[in-house]
Amino acid sequence: MARIDLQHLKHSYIENPMVEDDYALKEVHYTWEDGGAYALLGPSGCGKTTLLNIISGLLRVSEGKILFDGKDVTALQPEGRNIAQVFQFPVVYDTMSVHDNLAFPLRNRGVDEDEVKRRVSETLDMLDLTKWSEKKARGLTADVKQKISLGRGMVRSDVNAILFDEPLTVIDPHLKWQLRSQLKLLHKQFGHTMVYVTHDQTEALTFADKVVVMYEGEIVQIGTPEELFERPSHTFVGYFIGSPGMNVLPVNIEGRTARIGGTEFELAGTPELKPGVRTDLGIRPEFIVLGEKGIPVSVQKVEDVGHHKIVRAAIEGQDISIVIGESASVPADPHVVFDRERVSIYADDWRVEMGG
Amino acid sequence: MKNFRWFVPTLYILFLMAPIYWLLNMSFKTTNEILGGFSLWPKDFTIDSYVEILTNPVWYNGYINSLSYVLLNMIISVSFALPAAYAFSRYRFLGDKHLFFWLLTNRMAPPAVFALPFLQLYSSMGLFDTPLAVALAHALFNIPLSVWILEGFMSGVPKEIDETAYIDGYSFPRFFVKIFMPLIASGIGVTAFFVFMFSWVELLLAKTLTSVAAKPIAAVMTRTSSTAGYELGLLAAAGVLTIIPGAIVIWFVRNHIAKGFAMGRV
Amino acid sequence: MNKTQNNKAWFLVLPVLAIVSLNAIVPLMTVVNYSVQETFGNNLFFFEGVRWFREVLDSERFQDSLLRQFSFTGIILAIEIPLGVAIALSMPKKGIWASVCLVLMSLPLLIPWNVVGAMWNIFALPDIGLLGYTLNAMGFDYNFTRQAISAWFTVILMDVWHWTSLVVLLAYAGLRSIDDSYYQAARIDGASKWAVFLYIQLPKLKHVLTLAFLLRFIDSFMIYTEPFVLTGGGPGNTTTFLSIDLVKSALGEFNLGAAGAMSLIYFLMTLLVCWLFYTLAMRGEER
Repeated sequence: MARIDLQHLKHSYIENPMVEDDYALKEVHYTWEDGGAYALLGPSGCGKTTLLNIISGLLRVSEGKILFDGKDVTALQPEGRNIAQVFQFPVVYDTMSVHDNLAFPLRNRGVDEDEVKRRVSETLDMLDLTKWSEKKARGLTADVKQKISLGRGMVRSDVNAILFDEPLTVIDPHLKWQLRSQLKLLHKQFGHTMVYVTHDQTEALTFADKVVVMYEGEIVQIGTPEELFERPSHTFVGYFIGSPGMNVLPVNIEGRTARIGGTEFELAGTPELKPGVRTDLGIRPEFIVLGEKGIPVSVQKVEDVGHHKIVRAAIEGQDISIVIGESASVPADPHVVFDRERVSIYADDWRVEMGG
Repeated sequence: MKNFRWFVPTLYILFLMAPIYWLLNMSFKTTNEILGGFSLWPKDFTIDSYVEILTNPVWYNGYINSLSYVLLNMIISVSFALPAAYAFSRYRFLGDKHLFFWLLTNRMAPPAVFALPFLQLYSSMGLFDTPLAVALAHALFNIPLSVWILEGFMSGVPKEIDETAYIDGYSFPRFFVKIFMPLIASGIGVTAFFVFMFSWVELLLAKTLTSVAAKPIAAVMTRTSSTAGYELGLLAAAGVLTIIPGAIVIWFVRNHIAKGFAMGRV
Repeated sequence: MNKTQNNKAWFLVLPVLAIVSLNAIVPLMTVVNYSVQETFGNNLFFFEGVRWFREVLDSERFQDSLLRQFSFTGIILAIEIPLGVAIALSMPKKGIWASVCLVLMSLPLLIPWNVVGAMWNIFALPDIGLLGYTLNAMGFDYNFTRQAISAWFTVILMDVWHWTSLVVLLAYAGLRSIDDSYYQAARIDGASKWAVFLYIQLPKLKHVLTLAFLLRFIDSFMIYTEPFVLTGGGPGNTTTFLSIDLVKSALGEFNLGAAGAMSLIYFLMTLLVCWLFYTLAMRGEER
């Protein structure tokens, strides 16, 4: 178990990257706490698997350093970094029994056989795999195979971190939930540092203490699920997290006053803006109140999604979504009010703080 | 370690090329030089052997005969195997598994076993000493192989494509030729390659079923080596010329070779 | 894939059935027919029962060629399969060099078998062949037309030259189908190269190696042209394998009954070995 320092990492698959766009991973500089559960979330091609493989050592990073508990591991091979990784498609050694699969990484490291036995049977217990112990790994179902790959990591008591690369992709839906809660439990019990790559926000938000949102090779925000929801620091985080995503409307700012088309209203503070930037206003559909006063909107349709309704509407020609209660209805002359405290202002897609 | 990995394949390729180089070397030597003793390259460079082969009808007819039965066999094998492979890949029918296995056993039959009966069979049909006899005889070995390879490729094409075509009003033959065959074009190419390979290299049956008119090039060479014995230059040149068609064919299918070899369900 | 039950599919198989039956069943019947009869020419045949079978099985000539056949097949399998796998393992994975390797390695597979024999004859001639000359210059007494050992050495080397590439191509295709994450997991687990080979590559190669083994067994078991052209079965009978022997007695001596019986024994043996091996190799799969 270890703290992971990512120092000024940059990675390119091209020999001599010239411009910023040549980098599959743009500058990453963060520290991940020992024992944390992190989820790397983002659409395909955003660089999350690249970052994961850099941490595990499968990829040699082009620039920057990686530290495990302060020790530089940048030049080390995966086996030297003492990490575990669970892949998208289950990797098991077909011809070995489940027991031998788990013993494999220990035996490779020359651990003596008594210790191997003890560690393996402990790990089998932890993962509820004991009943499969003597079975050949070949014929087992995908979820058991994923547990075996996880077991090959957990069996090493000194493992620095366990990395997951979309591990639930091939698991049946009803088992996904089960496996995820077991994972969460294991994390609570044993406190491994875990890094979990996924493009599914539910998976990320339920698994992780801290969610790392990536977009086009950059980390756009690291935060708890609440922070991502309430204060998305990039418009992409707003879109990507939450369903429906955050409303983003082009806006003109003058001091405390925001102007959307011909409508003006007061902000909670004065955004600190540099001149010449493009400004947007972001507000979650959950924080808009639909009623009979405020800014007039035209309602296009109402979707009932079960526990609430989504109202699709337009302000000054800009589409917005509004979430209203299951029993609420749309008034005859609809107006909306934005919750002032929950309005964020974005300058060139990045959130800016409000001054007093 | 890693940097020496290229060493193994390189050494192997050198081993493969050595006899071929020697054949080339001999083919450019005069008979006198060949019999005069050992030399690593031709000192008295000549292309006489090639000129002889390309101008003497006994020699070049051998090539024409070989190529004609090989082509004939390719056409027979592929066109017969296509519908059968389709049946095996799409339908279950009475005795399908047994039939498939029985077809494959024919691939395992030693040609020597069939040499004499074939001779009698094709003589009685009046086909002896024609390219068609050889083509038909080779079909016994090539059709099972073709069915096997084609079936593998066809199983990779989703069945929904067939169904969509039928719904769109295609008749079976039209669907097969217009839609299905283009989809498995690479499979047909790989099959043709293997059919070519077997038919081009096989000699026992080809020699047994021909005497004069359809004699294959390989058999013409056998005569030279056994009777004259010392026309080594000529023999070498003819050998070099038989390598060329194979090399051309390999070049065309180079991207599919590895896949084709692993085809099938074994 | 889900297949539909449809007995009309027989019509699609019919052409193949017709042509293969013509080629397989009629000649096979002829062979069976010969094998149980005796002829004194003029198309006069007498029923002989199993006499030919007994005679063939008892004859020293047949037993000797059978022994030679099994030794030859055993030796070349023992060399070609491991060698082929080793070469496939060390080949470049992709790019221009992989293509170059594949094309050059396939070349021997497309050379007519008698040309292979003739080429090796020229290559191995003790006085003017590269191989023969070099071996003699190095102090070995080598002459494949006179010494049985040299003849065997040459025939085996020729077969390795001719057919190892088939094993290489099959193994190469098998290796390419292994997903990268297997190698990555093995690196993380700290597996040695040997362990990667034993627990990842070899299990995945099982299918293609079964195929390679079967194909090499079948083809080497019916080898005829290459040794015939190279050594003519000699010196003496030392390289007379089953097919050479069979052709000699059927087409050379026109001893139809014996040849017929021998053909059947030969064919059945090939089938039996293939079936045995296939069943054994596939038994692990079922569970």
